[in-house]
Amino acid sequence: MSIIDLVFLVTAGVTIFASLGVVISKNIVHSALYLVLSFLGVATIYFQLSAAFLGLVQIMIYAGAISVLIIFAIMLVIGEDVNQSNPSTKKGTLIGVIAAGLFTFLVSISVVSSNWTNLVNNVLENPVGDLAQMLMGDYVIAFEVAAILLLVAIVGAIMIAKGAEQEND
Amino acid sequence: MISFEHYLLLSTIIFGIGLYGILARKNAVAVLMSLELMLNAVNINFIAINKFVITGGVTGQLFAIFVIVVAAAEVAVGLALIISIFRQKKSVNLNDFNLLKW
Amino acid sequence: MFVWSIQHAWLIALLPFVAFALIGLFSHKWPKISAYLSIAAIFVSFLMATIIAGGTFLAGEAINYEVAVKWINMPGLQVDMGILIDGLTAVMLVVVTLVALLVQIYSLGYMDKDPGFASYYAYQSIFAGSMLGLVLANNFGQIFVFWELVGLASYLLIGFWFGRNSAREAAKKAFITNRVGDFGFLLGILFLQIIFGTLNFTGLAGEISSYANTGLLIVISLLLLAGPIGKSAQFPLHVWLPDAMEGPTPVSALIHAATMVAAGVYLIARALFIFSATPEAMIVIALVGGFTALFAATIAIVQNDIKRILAYSTLSQLGYMVMAMGIGAMTAGIFHLMTHAFFKALLFLGAGAVIYALQDEQDIWKMGNLNKSMPITTWTFVIGALALSGIPPLSGFWSKDEILLGAFAGGYTGLYILGTLVAFITAFYMFRLIFVAFFGKNQGGVKAVEPPKTMTLPLIILAFMAIVAGFVGSPLANYRFADLVTYAGAVHYDPSLLVMVVSSLVAIAGICLAWLIYQKQAISAEEIKGKFSGLYKLLYNKYYIDELYHWLIKVFVDGTAKVLFWIDIYIVNGFINGLASLAGSMGRLLSYTGNGQVQTYALYMFAGIIIILAAILFGGLAILL
Repeated sequence: MSIIDLVFLVTAGVTIFASLGVVISKNIVHSALYLVLSFLGVATIYFQLSAAFLGLVQIMIYAGAISVLIIFAIMLVIGEDVNQSNPSTKKGTLIGVIAAGLFTFLVSISVVSSNWTNLVNNVLENPVGDLAQMLMGDYVIAFEVAAILLLVAIVGAIMIAKGAEQEND
Repeated sequence: MISFEHYLLLSTIIFGIGLYGILARKNAVAVLMSLELMLNAVNINFIAINKFVITGGVTGQLFAIFVIVVAAAEVAVGLALIISIFRQKKSVNLNDFNLLKW
Repeated sequence: MFVWSIQHAWLIALLPFVAFALIGLFSHKWPKISAYLSIAAIFVSFLMATIIAGGTFLAGEAINYEVAVKWINMPGLQVDMGILIDGLTAVMLVVVTLVALLVQIYSLGYMDKDPGFASYYAYQSIFAGSMLGLVLANNFGQIFVFWELVGLASYLLIGFWFGRNSAREAAKKAFITNRVGDFGFLLGILFLQIIFGTLNFTGLAGEISSYANTGLLIVISLLLLAGPIGKSAQFPLHVWLPDAMEGPTPVSALIHAATMVAAGVYLIARALFIFSATPEAMIVIALVGGFTALFAATIAIVQNDIKRILAYSTLSQLGYMVMAMGIGAMTAGIFHLMTHAFFKALLFLGAGAVIYALQDEQDIWKMGNLNKSMPITTWTFVIGALALSGIPPLSGFWSKDEILLGAFAGGYTGLYILGTLVAFITAFYMFRLIFVAFFGKNQGGVKAVEPPKTMTLPLIILAFMAIVAGFVGSPLANYRFADLVTYAGAVHYDPSLLVMVVSSLVAIAGICLAWLIYQKQAISAEEIKGKFSGLYKLLYNKYYIDELYHWLIKVFVDGTAKVLFWIDIYIVNGFINGLASLAGSMGRLLSYTGNGQVQTYALYMFAGIIIILAAILFGGLAILL
């Protein structure tokens, strides 16, 4: 077992642990913190897959911006008892375990049983430059649409979040 | 030796955990977070495929970027919706949300 | 003039309908105008009817004028609408129009100040029109239509004072009881249509002989007979007629004495060619008529209400007519119908005058001493009663004598004795009424005065008719009437002095008995009553027929209703409710899937994905991977 394998196993384990923490914690704030950890773990996986730029983006956007956004939202909507802020019912848990278990099991079987041939090792010399060229080249329309989508999302989020007060004026 | 399959399995497990969170948790914000987990699992897949399947090119990473963009937009709008509903219902418990009825 | 009238005879029936429409649409706000409109219409009809009848009478031979237009014309079903005028029709036209005209004139006084004055005349018009249409009809289909219209008019007029509960009940009773008979009548008509393919009288008359004495024709005859039994109030459907006295008295005179109830007798006469083809049907008719005559006469003895006595007397006399039909003395029956129409209308209008003068008092024991204060009413009433009792030479004597002669000479000795007995009872109860109500002591205390001229004039005219109308059919006129009426060859019996003398004697005996009991009081009425208290009670309660019907309705109709109700509630409703709750529970089941919870929807989505995955992996769809 090489050191790279070990790193993968450790990060994968931490990521899975953090993800479980997100969905199992009864305290929503803990969930949010586990989520940050999970994002970081995923970022580490990106690094291992030689996607350093994506890893950085992941850390900045997910672990930075989105996590903060979520924590702000939690602060706004939190109830009286923070320890019970993320409840679940027995029925819901049962359904979730069965459905998620079946899904994971089936997809895992299909992954394992598949005969992966023609696998390569895609070594990139300048991934960021390639990305930039694609975004401004073939995918420029998608890029612009994504930009507009973000703009619309921002404006929409503001409007939705304060819409009710607007009407009261 | 860590191979393509391991990454896929990792992504599958994280996706399953996210699925469990979506189905089992009652807090709307927690559901949103579970959704982020699933998106991350998808991203892992994209990047793993970019690494192990295609030769030359960063199409997988490109798609991951778009996913991140959409996820950011989704989180922003989703949280805004939750806050808006919370104002009226004074709750973020999904059992109290039945606005889709009728 | 005569030819023109006959060719435009449809006007006779149409004019009253026009009057009805005009009153209903335009003039109901002005009662007097409505009344004069109605009277004018019936007057013109009366003139035309008189011309037709007079012309027919003078012609000396049977006329038969028929004209028809297609009404319903399709393959397998052809119904005409037309008029048929022969001697029978002519006589009926005159009787109906004359009595209707006099009653309408009389009503000017009687119904004065009634809030429903205009609608009263509208109903009178529709009644007269329907009755005339019935008489003019040339086929059974048309007769049935007008038959029902007559029933409707009768319903409206009986229930005219619908503010009274008893009037409403009586109107309903009359209508429903008539429906029972009409149902049979309609079935009979349908049978005729199916078997013979025509409803036309002349058409049927040609074909009926080939079916003579068959069981089928007996069934048809008895079904057809159900109509007259209902309309002419024969036993056992007689119960509506006494109650129908709830209507205004002129209505009783017109409908329930002179014309409408005569429709049944008229129908038997018109359809006699069917009935006479089966002796069994004729016997049934004769027995029904004879039984009703006796049955109603006995009830009339003990009644106290002046109109009820007359009502039962009407029943009894109608029984006479029906009996006459049954024994084949059809002309005698129609003759009696005509004379009876005059003197019974006279009696009813006279009773109406008394009731009018005594402010709605109808109990004969509370009247009395009216001969001084109301001489015209009293003496015309006495003339009517004498005619009804059959005292020669008044009209009733001739017609009743014809019937008795028919029974006697035709060999129906039992019915002859029964008829003579009824004649005795009739004379007795009529003069009981007269001695108590008109010549007895005044027990009421209300001072009676002679009613206005519009009411006394019809009385005088009718009294005149009651005296002279009998001569047209008497041996003195050489049976002109019988020849006129019959279109199938009149049956003549030589006048029998024995029958005349016996019937006159029993009538006089009845009058004398009534005089002894109620005027001279030589025999105590109370004592007789005490001796036969059981019989008295039976008669007073009209043989408990009404109670019997109530009981039957209770047992059978209510019992059936209960069973059907049970079926409806538990089986029909159960089935329907079962279907409804099935749909409901399916809906409830499916509504769990649409509960508005996002997580539930997400579960369905992933359940679907899982199923597809499983199908791909294990279901032989692995090729998709």
